[in-house]
Amino acid sequence: MPKPLLEAKNICYSYHSLQGETPALKDVSFSINSGEFVAMVGPSGCGKSTLLSVIYGLLRPESGEIIFHSDDVSGKAPKIGYMLQRDHLLEWRSVYENAVLGLEITGRRTPENTSAVLQMMQDYGLYRFKDKKPSELSGGMKQRAALIRTLALNPELLLLDEPFSALDYQTRLMVSADICEIIRSKKKTALLITHDLSEAISLADRVLILGRRPTTVRFDIPIHLTLTDHTPLAARNAPEFKYYFNLLWEAMTDET
Amino acid sequence: MKPEAARTQHSAQEAYVKEHKRYHNKITLCRLAIFLLFLAVWELAADLKWIDAFFFSSPSRVLTCLVELVTEKNLFLHIGITLYETIISFLLVFFFGMLTATLLWYSEGISEILEPYLVVLNSLPKSALAPLFIVWLGTGSLTIVVAGISVAVFGSIISLYTGFKSVDAEKITLIYTLGGSKKDAFTKVVLPASIPTVLSTMKVNIGLALVGVIIGEFLAARRGLGYLIIYSSQVFQMHMVITAIILLCLIAMGLYLSIGYAEHFYKKKTGIK
Repeated sequence: MPKPLLEAKNICYSYHSLQGETPALKDVSFSINSGEFVAMVGPSGCGKSTLLSVIYGLLRPESGEIIFHSDDVSGKAPKIGYMLQRDHLLEWRSVYENAVLGLEITGRRTPENTSAVLQMMQDYGLYRFKDKKPSELSGGMKQRAALIRTLALNPELLLLDEPFSALDYQTRLMVSADICEIIRSKKKTALLITHDLSEAISLADRVLILGRRPTTVRFDIPIHLTLTDHTPLAARNAPEFKYYFNLLWEAMTDET
Repeated sequence: MKPEAARTQHSAQEAYVKEHKRYHNKITLCRLAIFLLFLAVWELAADLKWIDAFFFSSPSRVLTCLVELVTEKNLFLHIGITLYETIISFLLVFFFGMLTATLLWYSEGISEILEPYLVVLNSLPKSALAPLFIVWLGTGSLTIVVAGISVAVFGSIISLYTGFKSVDAEKITLIYTLGGSKKDAFTKVVLPASIPTVLSTMKVNIGLALVGVIIGEFLAARRGLGYLIIYSSQVFQMHMVITAIILLCLIAMGLYLSIGYAEHFYKKKTGIK
């Protein structure tokens, strides 16, 4: 059994205000193996985004620990990429300048790295728009530009915080398929947060189900779909899809 | 599309542009008409002795006075001094305003500690301070520049800081998720996002700096338009007072427009509305 890439052990986190304490995470434990695509579903407001912030290190857990087993020991650049709900492309920069923002900040805007960014823009159909302003892109293209910005730092683990929730349904299906394919082709490990069960089943290898606040991991369900080709759209037509959907639905709702 | 259809659409667009131009010409015309009417009524009222020209002057007397000022009283020196002092005050306000607002943005604690002081200093009528400045700093350009700064700087700090604070917090989180520090968040997101706020604050400040400089010149100067106004009112030369006020109007307009052009240029360059 290889070491998992990421281990979360008994993570607890609470928000504090003068009115009192609001526990958000309680004994959250799980692990993610290298190359896995894991989805996390849970009721809205259950602390999913808090969990991602804790994993990334933006918030410090009150107890418990996050262990990241990186092969890379240089330890210079962040090895975790974090994609936020909205693309947050900066309007005063061109699409290309946005894509290299992370490289610029971490002082790694080298010819190799920037040519990798340009290659990605080429591959994902953004090259033509590289000198345009973000406002000229469609919602799906913006999301792809945001992904390139994250991938430019070459992270080992990608944290995706409902990256499709701001898109309309049709765009959402296409963009999620798109992004998922990019992540798989790059052999990245990913942790996706969503509240959309079909999205979780069609994209992920494994689904973690979180409970209400204070949240904890209640179920860990591996997904095996019989597929001819591995696209999220095909996955929605797999014979097992309905079974998993019902399983997840019951797991989500049987909370007493 | 049929040729006729194309032509109708084309002419509809032309009509729209024409209408638009006509509207704007009308606006300009009306503005000019008000100005000329005002001058005419003023001149007539003075000539027909409806008003006493000794107190209220008249356009023709203002013009004569202007020529006199240029030839005998070194008017351009006075204008130059006032402009110079205003621009120095404005630049220092810009510098201290940006510096302090940045510091406050960096430290939540400092900004909370200083908030009541800023509010009090901002609402204090700065003309009340001018006599103090004279005693402390003497009568010279330094006093006048300090007076100019004092009028504009506190409001400028408050609006710049508010502008910095109103930048989307998630965009700052984005910088952290890309491995950036607080400094990166400031230089990559807060500062560029605040440029419109900075420009509009500066537009207000250049006017306020002029106000401060004139207050300073009233009390502690031998040169400058403020001095000219006070001096000529003391010797009951109302033509000269009014001439100087009109010149001040023009200077204020010119300064405002120059920042306005900078703003316009920036918007055009970045394409941000």
